[in-house]
Amino acid sequence: MIVFDRVGAGYAGRAALREVSARLVPGKVTGIVGPNGAGKTSLLRAALGLLPHTGKVTVQDRAVEEWSREALARTIAYLPQGGDAHWPVPARDLVTLGRLPHRDRDARAVADALARADAGAFAERRIDELSAGERARVLLARALATQAPVLLADEPAAFLDPAHQLRLMDLLRGEAARGTTVAVTLHDLALASRHCDEVLVLHEGRLAATDLSDETLARVFGIAVLRADGALVPWRLV
Amino acid sequence: MSTLLPGKSASYLLASAAILAAAMSFFLGPTHIAPKELLDGLFGGHGIAAIVAREIRLPRAGLALFVGAALGASGAALQGLFRNPLASPDVTGVTSCAGLGAVVALYFGFAALSPALLPAFAILGALASASILFVLARKGAGVMALVLAGVAISSLAVALTALALTFAANPYAMAEMVLWMMGSLKDRTLTDLAFAAPLIVIGIALLLSAARGLDALTLGEEAARSLGIDVTSVRMRVVLGVALATGAATAAAGAVSFVGLVVPHLLRPLFGYRPAQLILPSAFGGALLVAASDVLVRSIDPSEQLRLGVVTAMLGAPFFFTLILKLRREA
Repeated sequence: MIVFDRVGAGYAGRAALREVSARLVPGKVTGIVGPNGAGKTSLLRAALGLLPHTGKVTVQDRAVEEWSREALARTIAYLPQGGDAHWPVPARDLVTLGRLPHRDRDARAVADALARADAGAFAERRIDELSAGERARVLLARALATQAPVLLADEPAAFLDPAHQLRLMDLLRGEAARGTTVAVTLHDLALASRHCDEVLVLHEGRLAATDLSDETLARVFGIAVLRADGALVPWRLV
Repeated sequence: MSTLLPGKSASYLLASAAILAAAMSFFLGPTHIAPKELLDGLFGGHGIAAIVAREIRLPRAGLALFVGAALGASGAALQGLFRNPLASPDVTGVTSCAGLGAVVALYFGFAALSPALLPAFAILGALASASILFVLARKGAGVMALVLAGVAISSLAVALTALALTFAANPYAMAEMVLWMMGSLKDRTLTDLAFAAPLIVIGIALLLSAARGLDALTLGEEAARSLGIDVTSVRMRVVLGVALATGAATAAAGAVSFVGLVVPHLLRPLFGYRPAQLILPSAFGGALLVAASDVLVRSIDPSEQLRLGVVTAMLGAPFFFTLILKLRREA
């Protein structure tokens, strides 16, 4: 569980988060949506203690500042946006980096993470030989290998083909079903509406809504949508 | 793992080869003395053999190992820190600045006050250039910007070294410029070895202590932080470790170039790309390369007008070009 209590933060004088109060609940997938620059990544970074902030961020009932670096890293697994590997290491070695906070190289945890991210087939291949989508799955496996009770993923669907986007959301739902607190930033409103239990809509650093109603979408995104089968499709500007 | 040999046995092999090369270096020299006599001289005894063994051959062979280890490990760690295979103590200008520090200490009388001031000045020079690069990298300078900054720092340091030697009171200073710019293990003393070795060991230990963090940096800074790594501390250790190791090595042997660049590259097919796996093997590989190059220098030219750094540069420069071409293709 992560609780944000009137959290504010900024970069070089520009406010990135203003008075955001929200909670990320165990067992649920929380989708964080909003236009570019709305503060989605900043919210995740505040939860990780990577962004100096006002207000209070509580991770598993303890203020984020009170956590030791490694204990927090064992509690929250984080998949940054557009992450990549700077050396062409084999996928399995990269996933093993997820064990750093535990100071072990638990081969079973690594194999399990690779399998869950559907990356087992290319575990021995070098990361630079993989397609963007395969790389994204390896990086996701790296986050899963930490086996943390909280999983924060920043735009994990960005490079995935539609089938793997759906698989990703299934996987995140599976993690949540095991009791993990899952939060994921998404640009794809269809994925957010269809696969997330909770939604946080950020707009100019504020929490603008916790739903994806027509009114919210018009106000925050300036769009109208088509709805079908519980999902929505961005349709036109308003 | 796509490695040819398990890491440990390959490491032992490299270390053994380095010691073998140093042993060859020990038994090789213009004064012909039987190996047995040299060994007896090393562990006691008097006379020519003892003096040659202890005062000339031992410092030379020992420094070859330590200088090579310092440069190899520094190269591997710098490449890990900058996440860039072009980084190395010489390409980034760290070696030239260490040379400048050593020259200032030697020819302006500081080294005469205390022999410890020679490595101290070299380390300060190395630290200054490493810090500049570190700040540039922090400000988001790309690969090429860092390499160009290294070229600029290096040229400036070489020019200032020449300037310092021109104004030095010592009439032999100009003649010795070659030593500082090309590197040499000729006429080193046990004192040189005694000062360099512990500093290099501490420097390499610092680099090894940063190894986990360098591995995590493979994923980028943000991910490394989220894995519980204190990225600032990792950077400090690498900069300080490189400054200590390269500074001490350069104070003892001048600017030996390209070792830090070439060795980690040659070893990646054997040890993989993870920075943590490369630092210690690169130290062994560097020791082997420098010891072998020194043997080569003396086999080609027993009068020793040929400098060690000339050989390592002739091996290294074409390699550097190949590497740039390869990186361009990959980009």
